[in-house]
Amino acid sequence: MDEFLARALVGGCGVALAAGPLGAFIVWRRMAYFGDTLAHSGLLGVVLGAVLGINPEFGVIVTCLAVALVLVLLQRQRRLAADTLLGILAHTTLSLGLVALAFLETVRVDLVSYLFGDILSINATDLGWIWAGNLLALGALTGLWRPLLAATVHEELAQVEGVAVFPVRLAFMLLIAIVIALAMKVVGILLITSLLIIPAAAARRFARSPEGMAALASLFGCAAVGLGLWASTRWDTPAGPSVVVAATTLFLMSFTVPSRS
Amino acid sequence: MPAEPLLTVENVSFAVRDNLILQKVDLRVRTGEIVALIGPNGAGKSTLIRIVLGLLHPNSGRVSLQPGLRIGYMPQRLTVADTLPLTVRRFVTLGTPASREQVRNALAEVGAGHVLDAPVQAISGGELQRVLLARALLRQPDLLVLDEPIQGVDLNGQYELYELIGSLRRQRGCGILMVSHELHLVMAATDQVICLNRHVCCSGHPDHVARNPAYLELFGIEGARNLAIYHHHHNHRHDLHGTVVTAERRDHG
Repeated sequence: MDEFLARALVGGCGVALAAGPLGAFIVWRRMAYFGDTLAHSGLLGVVLGAVLGINPEFGVIVTCLAVALVLVLLQRQRRLAADTLLGILAHTTLSLGLVALAFLETVRVDLVSYLFGDILSINATDLGWIWAGNLLALGALTGLWRPLLAATVHEELAQVEGVAVFPVRLAFMLLIAIVIALAMKVVGILLITSLLIIPAAAARRFARSPEGMAALASLFGCAAVGLGLWASTRWDTPAGPSVVVAATTLFLMSFTVPSRS
Repeated sequence: MPAEPLLTVENVSFAVRDNLILQKVDLRVRTGEIVALIGPNGAGKSTLIRIVLGLLHPNSGRVSLQPGLRIGYMPQRLTVADTLPLTVRRFVTLGTPASREQVRNALAEVGAGHVLDAPVQAISGGELQRVLLARALLRQPDLLVLDEPIQGVDLNGQYELYELIGSLRRQRGCGILMVSHELHLVMAATDQVICLNRHVCCSGHPDHVARNPAYLELFGIEGARNLAIYHHHHNHRHDLHGTVVTAERRDHG
């Protein structure tokens, strides 16, 4: 196997590992569009990183968190429904990112690779970041598991039972921001949500417990990365979108397997 | 000397912007006492419950709980997303870690032992209410707060739930604060009824249905044993906006 392909596989699996359980929570909490909105704001983060001369991933994490906080505050008002609000923010932040990019004459940013991923260009340093970041996110999610699951089922009941609901929700958003920043390289800003929710959706039919579904989602995510990369070299298709198509294929195939219950 | 109340609500008012939802409400629940909160939709029953639970903070007034008080809460309406694979066994331990034995006992106590391993989405409305009760009981509560516990349950199931709640009080000796959406019928074991419509309209003891032959005919033996009638004694009325209309004002037109 080519070395760049091996790095792509290892990097992609690193992201899929954390994206699985996190995506399961996004599916359970019906937050797919929320995740999409955060991802769309990623480009603004890349620009921020370029302007401040910091790592684009840090720029993305900071921007995603800021957008998440703005959303939490805006959702307290009742005039606009949550989906309208998300739609406004998703496309405004993406457009702002594109507009801001045009002003950056001194910095060259490869737009397509940020929008659709550039998994084949992952280098050794990227690999280190991806695995360190995703293992950190996975560890944090494990620690957060119990209270987050309780709050996911019923927020007020969890609060009465002693869960500090608001800090838990903030920590969860931070984890989403981290994984989005790290997944950007693999599938790109526009396709990140698919890596979060499609493997989790595919795992649902086979899972009997929340933990089982999360683990299976990681596994399906890794399989999608492998399949997608293979298809991309076989038919010379773009790697990021091929990974997403592979994930959807796995999702569709999950319906052909008779369910146990 | 009567024991210190488990829960004391004093002079509590709550408003959202200019909209007054609760006005100077008082409420007490003592050990072993069942207090039923009744009132029309929009009367502020759920708001009061959420203030008692610490989920909302009153604009004025005081809520005091006995030190170290453990509350078991049964929320109104709970639906678990179909995407979440969760058995009843896991569901009841989400809030309180418990051994298999404890879970089995809690479910048996509420008569829901048979759904132990069922997906929580697959059980009936009445079973779900029992499972929620079991989850509250696992906390070894001193005070049970039940928000419309019989909602979405068929008539026979309602009587059974009332009987169960009454027996929980007898066996565990905890205080119970429950919301009921019925205006005139409460469970037979209720000690005190509080009629709420933004403020406490009236309160008192309910009368047992079983003593009155007419009700006995209406509700049947099973219903009559578990229900009580509450006779309101208001000295005022509410207009369509819920504003108090006193007798004097009505006289003057």
